[in-house]
This record gives sequence, C-alpha cells and structure tokens, in this order.
Amino acid sequence: MTPELGQLALILALFLALAQSVLPLIGAWRGNRALMAVARPAATGQAVFVALAFAILVTAFLRFDFSVQYVADNSNLQLPWYYRIAAVWGAHEGSMLLWVLILNVWTVALTLFSRRMPDAFLARVLAVLGIISTGFLCFILFTSNPFARLLPMPPDGADLNPVLQDPGMTFHPPVLYMGYVGFSVAFAFSIAALLGGSMEQAWVRWARPWTNAAWGFLSCGIVAGSWWAYAELGWGGWWFWDPVENASFMPWLVGVALIHAQAVTEKRGSLRAWTILLSLFAFSLSLLGTFLVRSGILTSVHAFASDPRRGTFILCFLAVVVGGSLLLYALRAPKVAGGKAFALVSRESAILIGNLMFTVAAAMVMLGTLFPLLGDALNLGKISVGPPYFGLLFPLLMLPVVLLLPFGPYLRWGNSEAPVLKQVLVRAGISAIACAVIAAFLVQGQLKAIAGVASAVWVGVGVVLYILKRWREMPSGRRYPAEMAGMLLAHFGVAVFLIGVLLSESLSVTRDVRLSPGQVATIGGYEFRFDGVTQATGPNWTAQQGVVTVTRNGSPVAVMHPQKRTYTREQVQTTSAIDPGITRDIYVALGEPMDPTHIEGAWALRLYTKPFVRWIWGGGLFMMLGGFVSAADRRFRVKRDVEVASTVTVKLQESQA
Amino acid sequence: MSRLLPFFAFVLLAALLGFGIWWNSAHDPTAVPSPLINKPAPAFALPMLDEPAKTVSKDSMLGKPYLVNVFASWCVACGEEHPVLMAESKNFGVPVIGYDYKDDPNDAKAWLAQHGNPYDMVIADINGHTAIDFGVYGAPETFLIDGKGVIRYKRIGPLTPEVIAQQLKPAIEKLQKEAP
Repeated sequence: MTPELGQLALILALFLALAQSVLPLIGAWRGNRALMAVARPAATGQAVFVALAFAILVTAFLRFDFSVQYVADNSNLQLPWYYRIAAVWGAHEGSMLLWVLILNVWTVALTLFSRRMPDAFLARVLAVLGIISTGFLCFILFTSNPFARLLPMPPDGADLNPVLQDPGMTFHPPVLYMGYVGFSVAFAFSIAALLGGSMEQAWVRWARPWTNAAWGFLSCGIVAGSWWAYAELGWGGWWFWDPVENASFMPWLVGVALIHAQAVTEKRGSLRAWTILLSLFAFSLSLLGTFLVRSGILTSVHAFASDPRRGTFILCFLAVVVGGSLLLYALRAPKVAGGKAFALVSRESAILIGNLMFTVAAAMVMLGTLFPLLGDALNLGKISVGPPYFGLLFPLLMLPVVLLLPFGPYLRWGNSEAPVLKQVLVRAGISAIACAVIAAFLVQGQLKAIAGVASAVWVGVGVVLYILKRWREMPSGRRYPAEMAGMLLAHFGVAVFLIGVLLSESLSVTRDVRLSPGQVATIGGYEFRFDGVTQATGPNWTAQQGVVTVTRNGSPVAVMHPQKRTYTREQVQTTSAIDPGITRDIYVALGEPMDPTHIEGAWALRLYTKPFVRWIWGGGLFMMLGGFVSAADRRFRVKRDVEVASTVTVKLQESQA
Repeated sequence: MSRLLPFFAFVLLAALLGFGIWWNSAHDPTAVPSPLINKPAPAFALPMLDEPAKTVSKDSMLGKPYLVNVFASWCVACGEEHPVLMAESKNFGVPVIGYDYKDDPNDAKAWLAQHGNPYDMVIADINGHTAIDFGVYGAPETFLIDGKGVIRYKRIGPLTPEVIAQQLKPAIEKLQKEAP
C-alpha cells in the first residue's frame, strides 16, 4: 500500500506545482496580492509532498520491499543499508525524484531567505521554479514512475550496479544535483526580471549568492565524480571527457562566466543583457545535461537504459523552457547598453575576455559532446572526438585566462593605471620563471611539468601578492570581505589545480607487470613486492585480494590490498588500492591470474605512481570553498532597515485607510 | 535581430537532438557497423556438439542460405533469447546452426536438454578461436550467410520478436528472392 502513497504524494505535489506556476504569475500581472501570496505556501506544500514521496522510496529500500520494481531492480538482501539508501538515486527513476526534491530544497530556501524582495518579483521567481518542477513531476509520473509494482514479488532483488557501490557515489549525485539545479534560481531571477521589465541592478545582487552557492555545489559534485572515477574505474584517470562528465562541466564553465558577469552588472550596471543570457544558458545547459544523460542518445560509460519516450518528453520540455526563455530574452532584453563606460584596461575588460573564453570553452565542449550525433546527422558514419580534441582546445582556451588571472584583483573598475599592473607582472613573472628553472632540473626537462610549475606560481604568487597588499593597506576588519575572500580562495584553487593536472599528467608512471609471489617491480623510485593473493569477504561480495608491499630504498611505505570483487549477482568489479599522499599517490590494480587454475601463481598487476594527483581535487575544493564563502557575504543579505521601513509605511497606510 | 540569435541557435540544437532521438529509435545505438557484412564468411571447420568426430565446414554448407546463432550455456542473454528461438526457428525457412561459444560441451548439452533445442545442428567452438574470425563480441550473436558463403546480416545481442519481424525475416526473404 505504501508505495501507492508515494505516487499519490507526487500527484498532489504536481497539483501544488501547477498552482505555484500559474496563480502567482497572474497575480503579478494583475497586481493581485492574494494570488501572489499563493506562491509561498504552494511551494512549501509541494516540497513537503515531494519529500514524503522520497522518504517512502527510501523506506521501501530499507525494508527490502521487492514488490516495487525499482527496489527489486537495484538492491538485494545482501546490500548494506548505506548502499540501499544510495541505491535510491542509483538508477533513472530515483535520480529524477532526487532532482525534483533538490529543486524543492532550493525553492524552499528561497522562500525563507527572500522576505525582503518585492512581492511581484518573488511571485514571478517562484512561478518559474514551479513551472520547472511541474515539468519534472510530469516526467516522473508519466514516464519514470519509481513506485511501479512488480508482481508477483520476487524473493530477492537484482543488485545495485557494483560500480556505484562506492562511498564517493553515495554523495556525488546529490551534491552534483545541488549544483545543476541550483542554477535554476539564477534562471528564475532572470526570467522574473525579463517579465517584470524591471532592469534595475537590485535583482542581480539578490541572484548573486544563489549563483555562487550553486556553483560551489557543482564544483564539489564534479570533484566527487572525478575522485570516484579515479578510485573506482581502476585505470587511474581522473577525467575522461565522457558525455556525462561534459554534461556537468558545461554548466560549470558557463557558471564561472556568469559569476563574473553578475559582479560587473551588480557593481557597474554594464553587461546587463549578457548576464541575463548567461543565466539562461547556465540552467539550459543543466537541462541539456539531464537530457543527454537520460535520453541515452549518446553512449557513455555511464550508460543508462534509454527509452525514446523519455527523450522525447525531455526534448519537448527543453523546447518549452529553453526556447521560451530565449524568445522572451529576444523580446524583452534591455535594448540599450546601460551602465558605466569602461576603458580598455579595466576590470570589466578582463572579465569580458574571461567570459568570452569560458563561454567558447563551453561551446567547444558541447560541440565535442554532440559530435557523434552530428556525424550521424550528416551521414559521416560513427565518429566521435575524444581526449585529443578536448585536450588540445581546452588548454588553448584557458591559457589567456591563466595569464590574465593575477591581474584581476588589481584592475580597477572603469579605468586602470598601468604601473601597478607592471609591478604584478614583474614580481609574479620573475617568481614563475625562477621556479620553472628550478623545476626544469628536477623533472628532467619535461615541458608539461615545467609549464605546470610556472603557471601555478604565476597565478599563486599573483593571488598572494594581492592578499599581502590588502593586509598592508586596509584597516583590520575591512581587509577581506567574504565576497573578496571567496574570490581569492577560488583563484588560489586555480593554482593548486594547475599543479595537480600538469604535474600528474606529465610525471605519472604506469607499468603493466606480471609478478609471481615474492617478485619485485620498481617504478618511480618505489619497489612493489607482490606477496600473493588471498581471499577476502565483504557484506555482499567475495574477493581475491592481492597483497603488495611497497618500499622506498628498502624502508616500508605501505601494504596495499587491490581487490577483484565478485558481487552477489556475479558481477566482477576491480577495486584498486590507493596509498594517498600530498606529493604522490601510489595506485595498484589487480588484473588477471596468468593461469586461472593457479591463483597462487603469477598475476597481472597494474602499478602507478601519480605525483601531485591529489592537488587536482584540492584545487576544485578551493574553488568550491570560494563559491560558498563569497555567497555568504553580508552585503547580499537582508537590508533590515529598508524592510522595516517599508512595513512601517504599509502599516501606516493601513491604519490611515 | 541579434537578440534572436540565441533562440535560433537553440532551434538548431533542438532539431539535432530530435534527430538523435529519431535516429536512435530507428537504429541500434550500440551497433557498430560490421565490416563483415557483404564479405565472405571466414572459413570454418568445427566439430558437431553431439558427434565431435563429425565436422561442419563452410564448404559443406555452401549452396543454400543458413543462420548461425552464437550461444553459450553461461550466457544470460541467451536464456532470454532462447524462448524466442524455440518459437521462431522453424519459421525462418532456412536451417539454423547453433554455434556453441567457449563452452564446456557437457554444459551445453545439458542446457539444450533442459531448455529445448531450437537448432538444426549445433557446432562447438570450445576455445573460441574461430569466433575471432567471425568478429564475435560475445553471445548471443546471429549471422545470416547466403548460398555463396557471404555474410548478409548480423545481429549483436539477443533476437527479439521485433528484430526478427523487422530485420531478420526481411533479410531472409530478400535472399530467397535473389536465389533462382
């Protein structure tokens, strides 16, 4: 009976979402306060019912209710409870439910933190979010019902894909969706601004913390996904330019552009139309990502079952939401370039160049991702572009960004003088060159590694110089407002990331070896001794577990246990052993026995040393932190006095009337 | 006018995505076009499952079209395909050869005994060497070979009633029309 209650809750949520989309819009148009006031309670009610449905699905998993098709397909009696919860979003239906739940979390957060906004504006924002929610609830109810029954009930279920049985996978999707879906807020603000025709700068200030927070979540989600791929897929890579990864990376790139464009529009009033367009793009790309992943039109390592009905539904939804919003933009976007003028050397110019690079990069990623489809459409056959395409174009596009980055904080709005920039150029430039020369000796002239050190020092020193300058020149307490601290953190993250990517890519060593017990292989200055294979068991798997003892110049470093797991439903999954470190990771994956009948004999092993690989995710986490910290700036928060003043006026008017 | 550009770009994109959906429902997205289509089948000579002393070769099969269905007792998808073959194999109008792939002959015999034998004859490729020449990715796969020993159709993955009705039967009919 309970699963049907979940479905009922979703239906009720759909009706509330409809009310939330239609009534406040009419209210804002007609100036009817009663209709506008529907938005808040409808949004809260919708969130309650969606949360209820989600809780019912979680309960079904925890109680092994295999009469629910989705539960039976994605869990079984041996699956531990934490993976049974993660299994809720382990496949299509449940992850769409999570999508809607998170949209509701953002909406409710907005209703809580937006009490100072004009009623009509908030009504429009909530209505737009309601429309998006309506679309996704319909999608779930009509094409992907997670509560569908399976009768007769099987005694035991299938299994959650073993690839997903990893700690990283338990929180990667929720965090990623927080980012994806979070851009819906900036989107809704832009649509509300277009609808209302009010182009004052105020709405951009309201939108900024939401954009920054969403972008922080998206950064975190991408880092978690990359870490998961590295740890779980067993070939030591951290990014594959896979369609599903690209789907999350495109909104991230546009998000970077958007964050900066919003700053320009809020502070200087310029680039208004561009800011609106970018916020439309950021969320449209989130939707496009959902479409690409869910419709199955592109094959990927994250292959989900494809169903043409689902693809068609999302495409129609995309046409309404994205097409509609771009049409609205064409009709209502500010016609005259507003704001204050700026000179060639100014912060605006630098941000514009950065914006251009990030937008083009997103377009480049989109072209590469959709290339196989273009190939089919133009009858060129099965073609796809892979790492060579992305690996060439992406660094090229990011090069100007890295070169300009240290100057960013020094540049002034409007018009900037050259001397201070020259100082940065000299100091950061000399540090970068000096470090590059030292690095050249250490890495035996590997160009990529030298470029990594030079670029990271260039960016890092630029950021640190600015931190010192603020420290000297500003009175304490006003040195680092949250907005600026966030910017500095995120920019510093770029330096950390550059070290990680370029050093790990150039200095990693990989060897496929065949080792008998007791034999030793030496790579990257470490000796790996293979000590044979033993049996290991987990809650729902048994494994052949290799024992590899790693030493450096004879002194012990780590004992590693790479596994080849066999799960309850006979799926085999390799689990690599990783010995993490700040300057290097050691990574061992167990291959096949040379002779399957003699597992005590020689085995194929894959050994890696990966210098500085951890800095990749470290850099991403700095960027995430930057997003969150700047979102918390007091300047974005309530202006109590204004609010109090306006309520007082209203009360006065009421008492007079 | 320039304000409409993003909208037009999106229309193009949506058209491409719509095409993608249509293309995928009309084609199998995982199908890599087989380089073997319309090429002579590789020469093979494999023992029969029941009588290992007798071999079946490509030459011995020349003259009339036949189907080769790759299966194995360990293959889960073959279990799904099996009832379909049981129902349809007598209606194809051409002999169906079961190609037992990387399998213990005893397991294969037991499997056929338990689930029924839809094949006119079964050949065994115990070590899977010949399957490499056929470009077999895994079981099940199905090849349609014409009287001249040329591969005319290939299916990777289980045969379903839809695939049989929409692809395999038309391919067989086309062959039968060609043959005088």
